[in-house]
Amino acid sequence: MTLTVNTAAALALGDDALVLSHRLGEWAGHAPVLEEEVALANIALDLLGQARVLLSMAGDEDELAYLREERAFRNLQLVEQPNGDFAHTIARQLYFSTYQRLLYAHLASGDGEFAPLAAKAVKEVAYHQDHAEQWTLRLGDGTDESRARMNVAVQALWRFTGEMFQPLDGVDVDWDAMQTAWLESVGDVLRRATLTVPEGPRTGAWTAGAGRQGLHTESFGRMLAEMQHLHRSHPGASW
Amino acid sequence: MATASAHHTARTQADEAADEAARTAAYEVVFDAAVAADERIEPRDWMPDAYRSTLVRQIAQHAHSEIIGMQPEANWITRAPSLRRKAILMAKVQDEAGHGLYLYSAAETLGVGRDELLDKLHSGRQKYSSIFNYPTLTWADVGAIGWLVDGAAITNQVPLCRCSYGPYARAMIRVCKEESFHQRQGYELLLALSQGTPEQHAMAQDAVDRWWWPSLMMFGPPDDESSHSAQSMAWKIKRHSNDELRQRFVDIAVPQAESLGLTLPDPDLVWNEERGHHDFGAIDWTEFWDVLKGNGPCNDQRITQRRRAHEEGAWVREAAAAYADKHTSPAVGTTSTTGETGATRA
Amino acid sequence: MTNTDWPLWEVFVRSRRGLSHTHAGSLHAPDAELALRNARDLYTRRGEGVSIWVVPSAAITASSPDEKDPFFEPAADKPYRHPTFYEIPEGVKHL
Repeated sequence: MTLTVNTAAALALGDDALVLSHRLGEWAGHAPVLEEEVALANIALDLLGQARVLLSMAGDEDELAYLREERAFRNLQLVEQPNGDFAHTIARQLYFSTYQRLLYAHLASGDGEFAPLAAKAVKEVAYHQDHAEQWTLRLGDGTDESRARMNVAVQALWRFTGEMFQPLDGVDVDWDAMQTAWLESVGDVLRRATLTVPEGPRTGAWTAGAGRQGLHTESFGRMLAEMQHLHRSHPGASW
Repeated sequence: MATASAHHTARTQADEAADEAARTAAYEVVFDAAVAADERIEPRDWMPDAYRSTLVRQIAQHAHSEIIGMQPEANWITRAPSLRRKAILMAKVQDEAGHGLYLYSAAETLGVGRDELLDKLHSGRQKYSSIFNYPTLTWADVGAIGWLVDGAAITNQVPLCRCSYGPYARAMIRVCKEESFHQRQGYELLLALSQGTPEQHAMAQDAVDRWWWPSLMMFGPPDDESSHSAQSMAWKIKRHSNDELRQRFVDIAVPQAESLGLTLPDPDLVWNEERGHHDFGAIDWTEFWDVLKGNGPCNDQRITQRRRAHEEGAWVREAAAAYADKHTSPAVGTTSTTGETGATRA
Repeated sequence: MTNTDWPLWEVFVRSRRGLSHTHAGSLHAPDAELALRNARDLYTRRGEGVSIWVVPSAAITASSPDEKDPFFEPAADKPYRHPTFYEIPEGVKHL
């Protein structure tokens, strides 16, 4: 697949939304309280909507979602991480929604190809960030058990957060400034939640790269196998 | 004063009981008149104990069905074969959670807490619709559930929008309005399969073959064997009998199946000119009672998953409660009570 | 609160500007902030509202505190409160 610059960016951002939406969809019927079934599904649906717009900018949404191999996906490793317990899901949401909000706010203010989508999506992701923040505060400053679980989660996912600020061809952003803003925002929420701000490395030691280079974590292959198997079992069929 | 107090102490327990009975009788007259005049009964109105307990049982069962009913469809969210279908299915399963919440909210106006109702579901003391004890084996099952199961549910539910109990009727109006897309998406899904490849068509036919009879059972046992029906009809909780609704559903489904290009698995299904209805074959009530008793293909699985989600979520609910304790003024929002300004009821 | 039973909240939704908030239903939430967010997700997910109030159910004082009090008598004995009570000669406008 040869890609134009913007197609590559649309794929990267679209894959982020597609994969995270899929992971959130796995919560259906398993959420810790019924009200949260509705909230998580809302977020998953927003993300799926974004994914469909972005993938359609790069080609046929279903061909891209269902017929690419694992190595061709360009999403961040962060969004493909398994749900874990609710604390892991909330930590993943906090990290990603803060990033997405900063990025889309920037894209919405410009006049590039992504501006119309970003203008709509930034309102959605503001809500996602608020949801993640509210829950981070409650889990962090809740019970001893919830604080312990949340500390484990923010620490475990920390090493996937550096990848978000690798320059993305076709997206004109001051990535360093965005990273500073992200660290400030996330650090502020974690501190208010009485959690420990992690200090370890924010990227892996593997110089070959990560999700944006099509290098993923092991569980991602199984996620795709489940997602794609029905579509692939009926080549050429319409649904 | 002296006379009054002497008079009071002279009254016997029997007098008190007689007064109470007279009051109840008077309330009952007002209640019956309101029901007869098609007025709505509201949470703080006097109502017969049996009316209240019938409603709690029915609304709770209905709410539980929405929540358990999420499972067979959620089973296919991660495998939906197109992004459009995936979005539709996620929205539908989300609606079911929402409908469960509307209904628990209606039940809570009758003086029972949601936690109590969930406990009863988890411990098997309250039921949910048996239809959800069948498995979703292929993608076409998602369509069959939408078309047949939601179709049967809507046939049941539309009359409930006029149920005599206000909060239940209002919840059902909201549910029915939102549910209109559920059945249509199921039909459209099956149509795409039926007109698709031979494999897809076979998948659709297989799903309809498996879901048709259980859908007919959703209307409950035949009228002459239904234990709660007569009283519920008199109270206008229920507006039509099980058999009436079942017949209505069959009459609607037959032409729909034809335009889908799918066959309903009943050789005895035939139009009866004289009755103006379709005749249909005998329902296997042994299977119905067996599944109801717990011996369906998925009874254990459904309840186990529900219970696990609840138990695994306990630490999250505790954390939020602890946080609220630390951060909100104790004056408000700390008492669990009953909804719709039935607030003072214990 | 030592248990996990979240309190009940009543939800009022303003469906569009110019209308008052009307009662939509109830929900459970540990505190006001989450009650508001849960209400947004539950009662306005099809764009049914522009503004939401949440009120702890326990904070509502309802009329008819005696729960055995049957039904309100309709206020039917004051017809003079209604405009149709008055006869106005034909041709008189703007009344």
